[in-house]
Amino acid sequence: MSESRPGEAGAVPQARGVLLEVRGLTKRFGSVVANEDVSLQLRRGEVLALLGENGAGKTTLVKMLFGLHRPDGGEIRLAGEAVRLRSPRDAIARGIGMVHQHFQLVPVMTVAENVVLGAEPTRRRFVDRRRAAAEVRELSERFGLAVDPDAVVEDLPIGAQQRVEIIKALYRGAEILILDEPSAVLTPEETDELLGVVAELAARGVGIVLITHKLREVMEAADRVVVLRDGRVVGEVAPADTDEAGLAALMVGRSVVLRIDKQPASPGEPVLGIQGLEVDDDRGRRAVTGLDLEVRAGEIVGVAGVQGNGQRELAEAICGMRPRIGGCVLLQDRDITGLGARAIHDLGVAHIPEDRDKHGLVGSYSVADDLVLNRFDEPGFARWGRRDRAAVQRWAEQLIAEFDVRTPDVHAPADSLSGGNKQKLIVARELSRASVLVVAAQPTRGVDVGSIEFIHRQLVAARDRGAAVLVISAELEELLAVSDRIAVMRDGRIAATFAGASATPEAIGLVMGGATGH
Amino acid sequence: MHLDRLRPALLPVVAVVVAMVIGALVVLAAGASPVAAATAIWVAAFSGTGAIAATLEKATPLVFAGLAVIVGVRAGLFNIGAQGQLLLGAITAAYAGYRLAGLPRAVHLPLCLAVGIVCGALPALLAGVLRATRGVHEVIVTIMLNTILVNLTDWLAGGPWMEQGQPVSRTPAIVGSARMDRVAGVPVGFLLAVAMAFGVWFVLDRTTFGFRLATVGANRNAAHYAGISVAGATVAAMTLSGALAGLGGAVESLGVVGRFEPGFNAGLGFDGITIALLARVSPRAVIPAAVLIGALRASSTQLQARARLAPEIVDVVLALALLLVAAPIILRWLLRLRPGSSPTEVHLTRGWGS
Repeated sequence: MSESRPGEAGAVPQARGVLLEVRGLTKRFGSVVANEDVSLQLRRGEVLALLGENGAGKTTLVKMLFGLHRPDGGEIRLAGEAVRLRSPRDAIARGIGMVHQHFQLVPVMTVAENVVLGAEPTRRRFVDRRRAAAEVRELSERFGLAVDPDAVVEDLPIGAQQRVEIIKALYRGAEILILDEPSAVLTPEETDELLGVVAELAARGVGIVLITHKLREVMEAADRVVVLRDGRVVGEVAPADTDEAGLAALMVGRSVVLRIDKQPASPGEPVLGIQGLEVDDDRGRRAVTGLDLEVRAGEIVGVAGVQGNGQRELAEAICGMRPRIGGCVLLQDRDITGLGARAIHDLGVAHIPEDRDKHGLVGSYSVADDLVLNRFDEPGFARWGRRDRAAVQRWAEQLIAEFDVRTPDVHAPADSLSGGNKQKLIVARELSRASVLVVAAQPTRGVDVGSIEFIHRQLVAARDRGAAVLVISAELEELLAVSDRIAVMRDGRIAATFAGASATPEAIGLVMGGATGH
Repeated sequence: MHLDRLRPALLPVVAVVVAMVIGALVVLAAGASPVAAATAIWVAAFSGTGAIAATLEKATPLVFAGLAVIVGVRAGLFNIGAQGQLLLGAITAAYAGYRLAGLPRAVHLPLCLAVGIVCGALPALLAGVLRATRGVHEVIVTIMLNTILVNLTDWLAGGPWMEQGQPVSRTPAIVGSARMDRVAGVPVGFLLAVAMAFGVWFVLDRTTFGFRLATVGANRNAAHYAGISVAGATVAAMTLSGALAGLGGAVESLGVVGRFEPGFNAGLGFDGITIALLARVSPRAVIPAAVLIGALRASSTQLQARARLAPEIVDVVLALALLLVAAPIILRWLLRLRPGSSPTEVHLTRGWGS
């Protein structure tokens, strides 16, 4: 390892040779076929997008390429030679690098230390920090990956941490870089930066496997798209030969309505009334600064804004998870300003939290228990303090069928579900109950197209049942698709409100940008 | 399906067996006979009703200590202070046991147990409140409280509560109306311990209260989201944990020692941690785990006499068993588990798909 120095990463674009070839790869887990007869090729300097719904087998496939799973059949060929990858170490030694969805970084160490960890340059048997920093700086400049080698990782924004992961792979001589849903954790701005980096790396000869279910990224960044469905390759296209609707149809196996059609809203009485709300963020800084907002029964109000303008704090304050410093929150003319999360929930407020793994569910719990996470002690699910597990199981089985949560059974731990199915689990829990108000924060983050459509329909259905719906999202597309009105949040208050029909991305973007306009 | 469910339960059993085999090799290396050692353990712990009763008596406080640790762990808390709480419960129950002479048995015995429960709960409550309101880590508080309580009980037993006219520091003997006896050769305290293990299992695994504790223990952010009071669950779990430890101490004083005497209870609280881990944090599994450790402890004099072995060999075997339970991967490697159930396979099937 120690002799593999940076920059063997094919810095010079060479002939467009085939770096990686997969033939008939198959992987089963028990009776579940995760991949069947998958074949594909990756050429030098090419961006290959691996597109598929949650659970289509993308992650299983790349885990085999990175030596984390062993194939049950088929072969992997690197530079024309059949190889057996027994471990990630094998894969790295053969020039394969992978950036996982969850970063593998040591938060308290510097960028340079993280990059060289396990392959440190040494001087007289000690780690040569200066050389490590210099090498990291050189790499980051060469590939256009702006990051300070001396910065401590935990202080860096997510986008920068991801660049550290990429540099780490390049430092180990990666010619093939696998990015597992890299944009799932990024803001739209960071995603744009990332796509720039991907293009730059490809221009330098690195072959890139980009796993995603975001069609826009595929259209922008990929040279070729391989679409997986139910573990099989169902199509291979060039973005130029298709469009987003075509890709979506290929992925889901039916045509998908990217814009859901819904009846015009017929707003009724005000349900949520917020006046002069003030809320602090985790560090005690004022994040919501005198915000006024009203949501009526039977309408969907979208909240747009550059992330970090108080959206998260707003949602948490409405739902009682965060203390309200000033102003008041009215629910159907009742002051709920001082109430806690459970009391507000019991008044009929559903909350899809922004961070599903942190707040939305308990990973080690069964699907059934997570489906009653905030109503486990309600009369139907418990009596005299004793839980009625049979009732919980029946309820859970009904919900996973109704909301199409893909899980072997309701006893499986929630952590064994894919991200999109976890989200559907939370949506099922929150929207299966009669609510007067639905607060949905980033309801489709990291969710595939088919599920996005499903979740959007559920939100509209909640509206049509007469609920007031507040959707907070970083995806303008999403807000434009579902909202009847769009409020733009900037510096902790509402900067402008648009009627859904008159809203355009450009107009909203202008208001959003006013906050960061420098 | 049934086999799959059974396999995790088998792990501690296999771990103990493997540990005993390694222990036998250690005995051999020490120049003694493993057969003699095994015989000594068997004779001391299980031959005849008297030996079995002695083993169960040894196991009784261990069950309580193990349950105390488990209640904490379920709520994400490490009550390392079970030892101190147990001591305080033991000495206060003993005090009530000799001081309140003259009460009828039906009042006296339950009262003494209640005193032990309350006094065990108090220091744990303090640790819980500090954790919930000030964020002071319960491990640090309970370690410090251990030191305080060990010395406090030593001082009480050698000072104000000391038996008059005796050279050793210990409290006077508990009067008959507070003593826990044997029913058909089985110590009453052990029956109470078994009932408590099932009670704790029911509370933790079947009630909404247990669900609250477990949710806080597994993901306190999600608990907060679900409107569960994290502070409330923390205080409740610590208090319950301390109460169980205190009850264990009371049962030890009232049923086994017959008074409080420093040294008799040394290490019981820490054995509770061992038992909780050996039982894989499952309340009902505490019973066999405690009986096992009780048997090994009960046999230490016999080990010395018959096999000429230092009683520390028992700790070696226990430590090995614990290591094997805590690090199942070692066991899997030792046993060369068939490929279908290799650790990587088990682990990674949880994350397929994207």
